[in-house]
Amino acid sequence: MNIKELLDRRILIIDGAMGTMIQRYKLSEADYRGERFKDWPSDIKGNNDLLCLTQPQIIKAIHKEYLEAGADIIETNTFNAQRISLADYNMQSLAYEINFEAAKIAKEALEEWRAESTARVGLGWVAGAIGPMNKTLSLSPDVNNPGYRALTFDEAVEAYYEQVKGLVEGGVALLLVETIFDTLNAKAAIFAIKKYFRDEKKESLPIMISGTITDASGRTLSGQTLEAFYNSVAHAKPLSIGLNCALGAKEMRPHIEELSQIASCYVSAYPNAGLPNAMGEYDEHPEDTACFIEDWAKEGFVNIVGGCCGTTPDHIKAIAQHVKKLHPRTLPVIENIYA
Amino acid sequence: MSENIIKPFMRLSGLEPLTIRPESNFINIGERTNVTGSKKFARLIRENKYEEALSVARQQVENGAQVLDVNMDDALLDGVEAMTTFLNLLQSEPDIARIPVMIDSSKFEIIEAGLKCVQGKCIVNSISLKEGEEKFIQHAETCRMYGASVVVMAFDEHGQADTLEKRVSFSERAYKILTEKVGYDAQDIIFDPNVFAIATGLEEHNNYGVDFIEATRRIKQKMPLTKISGGVSNLSFSFRGNEHVREAMHSVFLYYAIKAGMDMGIVNAGQLVVYDEIEPELKKLCEDVILNHNNDNNEATEKLIVFAETVKQKGKEEKKDDAWRNTPVEERLKHSLVNGITDYIDVDTEEARQKYPKPLTVIEGPLMDGMNVVGDLFGSGKMFLPQVVKSARVMKKSVAYLTPFIEEEKKNNPNASVSGAPKILMATVKGDVHDIGKNIVGVVLGCNGYDVIDLGVMVPADKILDTAEKEKADVIGLSGLITPSLDEMVHVAHEMKRRNMQQPLLIGGATTSRTHTAVKIAPQYDNGVVHVLDASRSVTVVSNLLNKKQKPELLNQVQKEYQVLRDQFLNKQGQKNLIAYKDAVAVKEVFDWGKYIPTRPAINDIKVFDDFDLITIAEYIDWGPFFIGWEMPGKFPSVLSDKTFGKEATKLYNDAQSLLKKIIDEHWFTAKGAIGFWPAQSNNRDTVTLQTKNTEVNLEFLRQQSKKAQGQFNFSLADFVSSNQNDFLGAFAVVVDGAKQHIEKFAKENDDYNKIMVQILADRMVEAFAECLHQKVRKEYWGYDKNETLSADELIHEKYNGIRPAPGYPACPDHTEKIKLFDLLNATENIGIELTESLAMNPPASVCGWYFAHPQSHYFGLGKIAKDQLEDYAKRKNMSIEEAEKWLRPNLDF
Repeated sequence: MNIKELLDRRILIIDGAMGTMIQRYKLSEADYRGERFKDWPSDIKGNNDLLCLTQPQIIKAIHKEYLEAGADIIETNTFNAQRISLADYNMQSLAYEINFEAAKIAKEALEEWRAESTARVGLGWVAGAIGPMNKTLSLSPDVNNPGYRALTFDEAVEAYYEQVKGLVEGGVALLLVETIFDTLNAKAAIFAIKKYFRDEKKESLPIMISGTITDASGRTLSGQTLEAFYNSVAHAKPLSIGLNCALGAKEMRPHIEELSQIASCYVSAYPNAGLPNAMGEYDEHPEDTACFIEDWAKEGFVNIVGGCCGTTPDHIKAIAQHVKKLHPRTLPVIENIYA
Repeated sequence: MSENIIKPFMRLSGLEPLTIRPESNFINIGERTNVTGSKKFARLIRENKYEEALSVARQQVENGAQVLDVNMDDALLDGVEAMTTFLNLLQSEPDIARIPVMIDSSKFEIIEAGLKCVQGKCIVNSISLKEGEEKFIQHAETCRMYGASVVVMAFDEHGQADTLEKRVSFSERAYKILTEKVGYDAQDIIFDPNVFAIATGLEEHNNYGVDFIEATRRIKQKMPLTKISGGVSNLSFSFRGNEHVREAMHSVFLYYAIKAGMDMGIVNAGQLVVYDEIEPELKKLCEDVILNHNNDNNEATEKLIVFAETVKQKGKEEKKDDAWRNTPVEERLKHSLVNGITDYIDVDTEEARQKYPKPLTVIEGPLMDGMNVVGDLFGSGKMFLPQVVKSARVMKKSVAYLTPFIEEEKKNNPNASVSGAPKILMATVKGDVHDIGKNIVGVVLGCNGYDVIDLGVMVPADKILDTAEKEKADVIGLSGLITPSLDEMVHVAHEMKRRNMQQPLLIGGATTSRTHTAVKIAPQYDNGVVHVLDASRSVTVVSNLLNKKQKPELLNQVQKEYQVLRDQFLNKQGQKNLIAYKDAVAVKEVFDWGKYIPTRPAINDIKVFDDFDLITIAEYIDWGPFFIGWEMPGKFPSVLSDKTFGKEATKLYNDAQSLLKKIIDEHWFTAKGAIGFWPAQSNNRDTVTLQTKNTEVNLEFLRQQSKKAQGQFNFSLADFVSSNQNDFLGAFAVVVDGAKQHIEKFAKENDDYNKIMVQILADRMVEAFAECLHQKVRKEYWGYDKNETLSADELIHEKYNGIRPAPGYPACPDHTEKIKLFDLLNATENIGIELTESLAMNPPASVCGWYFAHPQSHYFGLGKIAKDQLEDYAKRKNMSIEEAEKWLRPNLDF
């Protein structure tokens, strides 16, 4: 069954946090380095995407935990894997390789799980995760010089292009531009995706887009309202539009409701496990997250749900159980006003 | 679930969406940010005066432009660079970037440069078939990859469409290519069927207006989802210099073109006359030339030309900034209050004093009227806290000017009535020295016409209540920042009941909460206890409390809410999953101590800094909390470009920077600090023993007791110190001294704005000092991370090794450990920080804490603890259970 057919039948589940799960392994600098990077000149602990090369078995195990918990879509471990962000570790040259390997690992996890599991055999999709970058195209890092930009659009497109190429050639089924806090970065990613498929003369993979509303103001970090954001990325003709990160399910509700009203494509939502507590930890219980999301589903707001920061396979399992029997949001009718 | 229907409207966006519906009014596209159309704008760009050029854009938005046309096509300019620079700058002005941008150029490279700068959905103006189909497709595809809507000019390979038929057929051809070959949505296409100059004297031009209007009608019939736009000012080109006639022509033209289906046009927003207000004679002449009526042998044209010569240029000079100086004195006072201008306040107050019968009536009349406007604007979110505080400064200056006259009058007429404003009594409770928030609330209430009596800090309950009775206060407000202040507030409430007082009690301050107020304070006093979250809410609460009808409603509602909170609190307590203390100790966090070699600190015992360099400290300031202090939440520096208060935030930031410079240059503050390091060992539980020169000191820590998932730990700070080898622990205390005298000086000058600014800056400086010193400790004085290189931002996000938790804060909430820290550092003697009976530090701009060096040490919140740990802790501290309970009240689960 293709993903659109399934989306019309039931709510699909996307996986939870990768970082939270990696933390549980309490990896040391040496673990991050592995054999290949043992002499790398700078510290690389914290470069989670690199684990695709140095600890692939861990990444694969996490993917399988999420599949076991009920995820239909798993995200590759590539949130920061483009040359702009990788420059923090002087690892620009690894961008393609990380994306390629990350896609391969996720696909292997999916295939192994399909072979091992008795349930829902044949389903499951790998989404290539394309994060927001550590530099932003709409904001100046220098208060005294608001016209300054630390990055150009062309540089962003080039970096995303390479990431997309790695992900697609590694075998992903979907491309997920996520955690968008500056819409212009997302537009660069969309540009790169379109350019890649045009250059390759191939039909584009389905694109999923997920923005981030940073606080109760209901705006992105770069200042757009939700509807303005949607208008700015609608040209991607995405499979789905949605929100993730920054907010817990409770705070995300009004924004998801609004999005479900205005979006002509499917709607996705994967909130954090609540808001961080005073110590910056997420402590919302899986049941609680699942209850919030169940309410969205009952209201008919969503087609794809899952979790972001702080969520675990337990959260995904609870979410999957709570929305199992509920109807997905019906796609709106695009009316021809003059017909 | 009703079926959701989405209509294929044109949907653009800047920071906000703009949807163009069939019933939408005509969309004004601001034209003044166009170097080909505005000499002023062109000059500003050529002279690199981009800031000023932005003000042209702002003016267009203020005058009602819904889309901003930006054009940099000038032979003397590098168009790509000018477009990039201007659009990047424009993005940081939320009041302009709110609306979508139309990127206007005849050079596609300039258009593409513009598209690379704007996050919203833009309009490209324009593409055309001028250079053939291939080029057209290529440009259209590029625009589509950026998600832009496009304006298509009616051109083909042979030139511009100058007849009705060509206008329509060129548009149809472009439509077919765009929708079928490029994949454009019809609603993203805008046609410009060419507005040409009419009334030029050449007969072949006379029908251009009619052709445009008719082409519009036909295009909309054939391709209903598309839009029609045009550059309106071309039409009246032959009347250059006669704005009066030009505006009338534009207005009449649009009247007919819009009826035919024109959706948008490039106009000088703010300079369109209303069709109905055009003088009948001129209107008739315009209609004739535009619709080409009665125009044989250019008759209508000639008539309009004759008319135009009789029209005197109506000057439309923009109001000069100081035009308000010519308004009546009441207006001037209001203007000064709303805009926070003190320059003329004495002159204007004097004028009002002479005009009004009594000095007091000046306050009760024009000044209060002005402040009411301020209050309303603040209440409706149109003014922000820093502006309100500036308004208060103006008010206070004016009142100060009038005071001697009022006193004089009182002497002559002892029976003269005194102001009848409601009185609000405010105080920071005993044992607490923090009052920034309280001062802000005081200013805001003062601005709303209340008579605020501020008793200052560390005020005992008796003094608060005696004063309230003596002054007949209508409302009492209590403030506090540290946890022991919560108990003191409970005490004040209790005393109010005992004294049988009647006035409502307001609770505010950083540690207070609705839950604490509901559970602990409200039950003590029956005549109304209300928790107020921030200054902006204080006004509504107070005004409701002083209104006979609304007061019972409000109190009733609060009472209900608090009952719910109490129930929730009690229910939660039952559910808290705590484990036994001994079990919590058993799941302590374990480190591979074998791999950890403690670094011996370079400093032996204590080091004192008498006067640390302020310039160095200032580099470590975290500006985020500064804006939170001013009730402008948001991340720094993005708060400076916030849509609602970015402009005021920027002003505030500039004021803060210049005051900070003054503080540093004139050395208003003295930064003093003490650090110390001692051999330390933990007992594998929650005690860390320090070895000082003469004796041993036991530091007592607390351990999390909540039930955790498998494989997670119950944290205690003691775990970060080794139990079996020579480990170390440090302590620090820092203070920024000297703020007090300047705070008092500003208070005396009725300058609350600078008073609060100094307070907040002193707080920021002492936090920055703690950050700076911690870095020096890591790199030098302790030296466990000699090679650390982190940016200021990374420091703020605590990306370094080691932590510096403070006694009284989440990881170690017991304030009494501060006594040991002060003894160890001899802090009171060495750097002059005193501890109050509630263990608040005085001066208020003080910070202290412990240094842990272990690379995996981290912050955490203790959370709730059970009775078994409290008993053990009291025993370790040699304290009675009751006393331990008192200090740890918020953390107790029973």
